[in-house]
Amino acid sequence: MNFWILLSVNSITFGGLLFLLSSGFSLIFGLMRIPNLTHGSLFMLGAYVGASFLAGFLSIKLDFWLAAILSAIVVAAFGALMERLLLRRLPGDQLAQVLVTLGISFMVADFCLMVWGGDPISVATPAHLSGFVRYGPAVFPLYRLAIIGIAAAVAIGLWLLLERTRLGAMIRAGVDDPDMARVVGIRVSQLFTIVFALGAALAAFAGIIGGPILSVYPGLDQDMLPLALVVVILGGTGSLLGSFVGSLIVGFLYNFGQALLPELAYFILFLPMLLVLVLRPQGLFGRQLS
Amino acid sequence: MSRKITRRKVLAGTAAGAALATFKFPAPAIAQAAPFKLGLLTVKTGPLAQGGIQMEQGVMTFLKEKNNMMGGRKVELFSADTGGSPAGTKTKAQELVELDKVDVILGPLAAFELYAISDYIIQQKMPTLSLAAADDLTQRHDNPFLLRASATSSQAMQPMGHYAATEMKLKRVVTIVEDFAFGYEQMGGFQASFEKDGGCVVKKLWPPIVTPDYTPYLAQISDCDGVCQGFAGSNPLRFMKQYAAAGLKYPVVTGETGGDDALLKSFGDDALGLVSCCPYTLDLESDGNKRFVDGMLKNFNTVPGFYAAGLYVNCEVVDAGLKAAGGDASDKAKFMAILKKVSLTDTPRGPIKFDHLGNVIGNFYVRRLGKEGAKYGLKLWNKTVKTYDNVSQFWTWPEKEFLAHPVYSRNYPPLRKC
Repeated sequence: MNFWILLSVNSITFGGLLFLLSSGFSLIFGLMRIPNLTHGSLFMLGAYVGASFLAGFLSIKLDFWLAAILSAIVVAAFGALMERLLLRRLPGDQLAQVLVTLGISFMVADFCLMVWGGDPISVATPAHLSGFVRYGPAVFPLYRLAIIGIAAAVAIGLWLLLERTRLGAMIRAGVDDPDMARVVGIRVSQLFTIVFALGAALAAFAGIIGGPILSVYPGLDQDMLPLALVVVILGGTGSLLGSFVGSLIVGFLYNFGQALLPELAYFILFLPMLLVLVLRPQGLFGRQLS
Repeated sequence: MSRKITRRKVLAGTAAGAALATFKFPAPAIAQAAPFKLGLLTVKTGPLAQGGIQMEQGVMTFLKEKNNMMGGRKVELFSADTGGSPAGTKTKAQELVELDKVDVILGPLAAFELYAISDYIIQQKMPTLSLAAADDLTQRHDNPFLLRASATSSQAMQPMGHYAATEMKLKRVVTIVEDFAFGYEQMGGFQASFEKDGGCVVKKLWPPIVTPDYTPYLAQISDCDGVCQGFAGSNPLRFMKQYAAAGLKYPVVTGETGGDDALLKSFGDDALGLVSCCPYTLDLESDGNKRFVDGMLKNFNTVPGFYAAGLYVNCEVVDAGLKAAGGDASDKAKFMAILKKVSLTDTPRGPIKFDHLGNVIGNFYVRRLGKEGAKYGLKLWNKTVKTYDNVSQFWTWPEKEFLAHPVYSRNYPPLRKC
């Protein structure tokens, strides 16, 4: 019984982390149709930058949340530059976009290796969240439960942004029909830069939030990117609800798959993605791709 | 005479050229002063880079200390990045052997890389000193040109199993390690020796190499009094964190990579009490180790671990072999025989010598991770609690008996009822 409770709760918390990771990817792919394979590296870069801020930057030791937000801003700036200087020159050319983003991900990974070295970096759990919650014989680390709260807060924030602000309306218009959006005077290219920066910021924020659980190490990008891809393909691109539901599904598949059938762990993870691609290519909640 | 190229001229020219080619020029007497070419196969990109960078630092520390000389000859180092893939290793090995014409190869890092070039090494008769722990390459599929001064995968885990059963008095252990050969061989060694001394392995868990979250496996650890982990690279850090976060309190034992001294700066308080058995320990108070550690700190401002020490010791072996050979490494088979006979007393890991299969016989140190004795600006320290001397790859079994059973694998030794 303890086993099932533990894994179920962990599925939800892992799903929360996956939501933070994949929401940015989903947004970028949904609006700009760019498969941003740099996403994993931005996650890792955010984690490294955040870890540096936590360890002390210019002899100022930063609070965990402040470090997370600053790290997100730094990586967002990098993302904006990447979009303006490189991706803008490749409109609609998906193959080129895949190759460029993949190339940049290798460069970012090597840059991180150069700057932070090969050894893994431990990120300390914020002090007020480092206890345990006991429910009968089951033990849950408080921080993991807190991630559910953080993911929910970010989800609500993104929903408010998309549904209740003018910027959100423009983004939704751009996702539905970019050409029509241009016709009515929406500066779609400026929107693209903002959305890419937002996606990068979300990835970086996810990286540092995941730090206390995953630590930061070379190869983190390659470990997390496939999970983000599975979530987005399952849930549907451009859809916040899709990211949310997809994350939960992948969280459960990952935990129970690894525990019950470890030899088939990756099979269980990727089989639903395969089925969705064949039977319903737009994902569970995505819009029909025209 | 006309400048046209006639057939006659071509034939005459070819004949002259062929004659010249067969003429043997006398070898210049300056051959001995020619530089000694040292090849290094390491990994500088990707997830294995953590160990690979340390490997290169170990070699550089040795060369800087000896003023770039080995056996009285100047050393030319050719460092190659295999990228952590078998194909890359093969390509770089060929470059080192055929293009750079090295005399000795140090490395590669990983067992799968070594397997990729094992046949090539034998074919080219290239003396190779590798850290790759693949058991069988010095056991049932012995590679005569491989010398291993570090350890086989199971060599450190066998004393660990003995210590866990006899000194820690553990009786029921769950093992958890990555799902690949290095993992199987480590746990096989642990299980064989732990069960020989009265313990029992109740469950074996094999998470994939890429597992961001170990919780699904941690949820299965129960009904035991200890855990044996064998993670490598950055995984031990994540595992110990998540182990503590899951509220598990059983004592944890591990091998050479799971408690590597290079991770001391990264580990947190969640790793306190970790017991590890390693061929190298930072806290060894010897002249050899002091020179090595001081060199690493001075040149790279890094506290060394198992990978750097392993390569430094490999360099010492090559240096001693070259001295014994009078500086002449041109006869590869003869040089290999000399290297196998090398016996050193003051390496950073203590005294070493080699068995007839080319694997090291040396000290293995059991350490406990704590706070006392921490040096070099570290907060945590691995303190040696027991030293096993003269440990061979066969532990206390006679060689024939050990080689008669199959190589350690996922299913060997099999689980038995506890």
